[in-house]
Amino acid sequence: MATQSIKVFVPSDTTARSVGADAVANAIVAAAADRCLDVQIIRNGSRGLYWLEPLVEVDIDGKRYAYGPVQANDVSGLFEAGFLTGGGHEKSLGATESLSYLAEQTRLTFARVGIIDPLSLDDYLEHGGYEGLGRAVKLEGAEIVSIVTDSGLRGRGGAAFPTGIKWKTVLEAAGDQKYVTCNADEGDSGTFADRMIMESDPFVLIEGMTIAGLAVGATQGFIYLRAEYPQAIDTMLAAIEIACEAGYLGSNVMDSRKIFNLDVRVAAGAYICGEETSMLESLEGKRGMVRYRPPLPAIEGLFGKPTIVNNVISLATVPVIVAKGAEIYQQLGMGRSRGTLTVQLAGNIQQGGLVEVAFGRTLRELLEKFGGGSASGRPIRAVQAGGPLGAYIHPSYFDTPLDYEAFSEFGALIGHGGLVVFDDTVDMGEQARFAMEFCAIESCGKCTPCRIGAVRGVEVIDKIRGDIDTSANLELLKELCDTMVAGSLCALGGMAPYPVMSVLEFFPEDLGAA
Amino acid sequence: MNDIVATDDYAAIVREIALAHAGQPGALLPLLHAIQSEIGYIPSSGVPIVAEILNLSRAEVHGVISFYHLFRTEPPGAHILYLCRAEACQSMGARELEAHAKDKLGVDFHQTTADGRLSLEPIYCLGNCACSPAVMIDRTVHGRVSLERLDELLEDA
Repeated sequence: MATQSIKVFVPSDTTARSVGADAVANAIVAAAADRCLDVQIIRNGSRGLYWLEPLVEVDIDGKRYAYGPVQANDVSGLFEAGFLTGGGHEKSLGATESLSYLAEQTRLTFARVGIIDPLSLDDYLEHGGYEGLGRAVKLEGAEIVSIVTDSGLRGRGGAAFPTGIKWKTVLEAAGDQKYVTCNADEGDSGTFADRMIMESDPFVLIEGMTIAGLAVGATQGFIYLRAEYPQAIDTMLAAIEIACEAGYLGSNVMDSRKIFNLDVRVAAGAYICGEETSMLESLEGKRGMVRYRPPLPAIEGLFGKPTIVNNVISLATVPVIVAKGAEIYQQLGMGRSRGTLTVQLAGNIQQGGLVEVAFGRTLRELLEKFGGGSASGRPIRAVQAGGPLGAYIHPSYFDTPLDYEAFSEFGALIGHGGLVVFDDTVDMGEQARFAMEFCAIESCGKCTPCRIGAVRGVEVIDKIRGDIDTSANLELLKELCDTMVAGSLCALGGMAPYPVMSVLEFFPEDLGAA
Repeated sequence: MNDIVATDDYAAIVREIALAHAGQPGALLPLLHAIQSEIGYIPSSGVPIVAEILNLSRAEVHGVISFYHLFRTEPPGAHILYLCRAEACQSMGARELEAHAKDKLGVDFHQTTADGRLSLEPIYCLGNCACSPAVMIDRTVHGRVSLERLDELLEDA
């Protein structure tokens, strides 16, 4: 056939593959061969509409049409229905960009995710990639830092510290060697935004880290990447190699004579290594024991040198800010929460996935409008926001806007943007117990409130749940929580009581109150 | 027992890997990953070799191995089933899945079936939280895993 081949996109990200995308891709190849059709399969990343995965798209005259969720045994039916030319089928969803889940989002950090072939540098460049670095190589470090400061970007790993201020500290710190480290130890349950970036648009993280290196005068970067993400590791390693060969990394970044090298270091399954000083210890090849602060990592970080520690999403947001200017980012959001948040809808939710929106949307909009309610169809009883150290939020707070300060006002946190939904079958007492159990498993052991407190927390909760001396043990549990919050060295012991205290406050009927 | 490398051979393998990594800063984790990837676990006989080459004490090397959940000091089964125990998976039935897996396999976490076919390990988040519950078999993640689906996966493993 002389005609151009038809492009069919089948996502290759971990979640899409976990629900059968590879089998779908194989079935499409086989069915096309049977029919002598010239089909080109492109393994893109995921759009993040995970309830529709595997989400197959067909390119018709430059516009993409979606079908999903497709299983391998749907494929011959799709061919019968003429899906390659937009034929109707029960799995037909129409034009991908018109899907309200996508159309209602403001995708800046995730602009290319799901659209491009993750390891195609040409795709990346065609979609605005390396515009930020192209601009950054012509600027002084301090100028780059002020763009990031002016954007209002705050650390998306959870602590929400202003990124520009952190960079300024590293820029001004004296040191013969400085480092840029990326915390890709995304251990919070309900979060997958870092994984999506690394699997679906790896060059944006490389570009962001390179800009950070130029900004502060660091020539070496490390991505501390969790071992639980084997595909993200493979994709990042491949992308780094491609970027090196094309001159975007190495001793002459984009012909600027500036140096930036990047390596991946694989973690080994310790949640605590998501804490920045613990991560630095781990990068140095040690046990991931939390460090005392000061000194700040920005002054004395990796191997004692000034070091940027940023989350994947923070770094992956830098290129678009530098390319388009601080203003476009700064004008979005509310209060001191500027720009967009990459919300991850997870757990017992009908339409789970990645939702990038400007700060200010309410929890309810996310859970209902985007999420479509619980997966089970039962009422939502609680939402855990911000990972295993975050409070369980009661439905009476669902009208709270996404804003770091609005959440912290009632003891909750946005953290890394994960929302884990529970329906009304959940036993909140069991969830409180798990918070302490998890802290006991993951404690680094350096400070006593966390190391011992978490173990005692499990024991006390077991007694309460076993109706043993309930009121005295409830009192003891509250005191224990206070001790851990006030006396722990880092956020693990200091915040593991938050989910417990939220259960005591909002769901007392599940823990002790008769 | 043809698959198992004789114990005497481990020393040479560990030494070779350790020497290859010794030059890089913060070498210990990449080095331990490499040993585990090559041998399947980190044999205790390798600890003094690594310690000597990196100029560390045996205690320091042992301390690092024991700190991290994913380093193993015993040979695993032919396959490893990682069951996610974290909150998103809990909200979609991970506790039932855990009980089912333990019952079906006749093992608890950190144990291997008597026939040596499968090891069962807990894991805290695979980042597959929008398609919970999730498990990983060796390096492949599976989502929306019902009890029946887990049975199928175990038969295929």
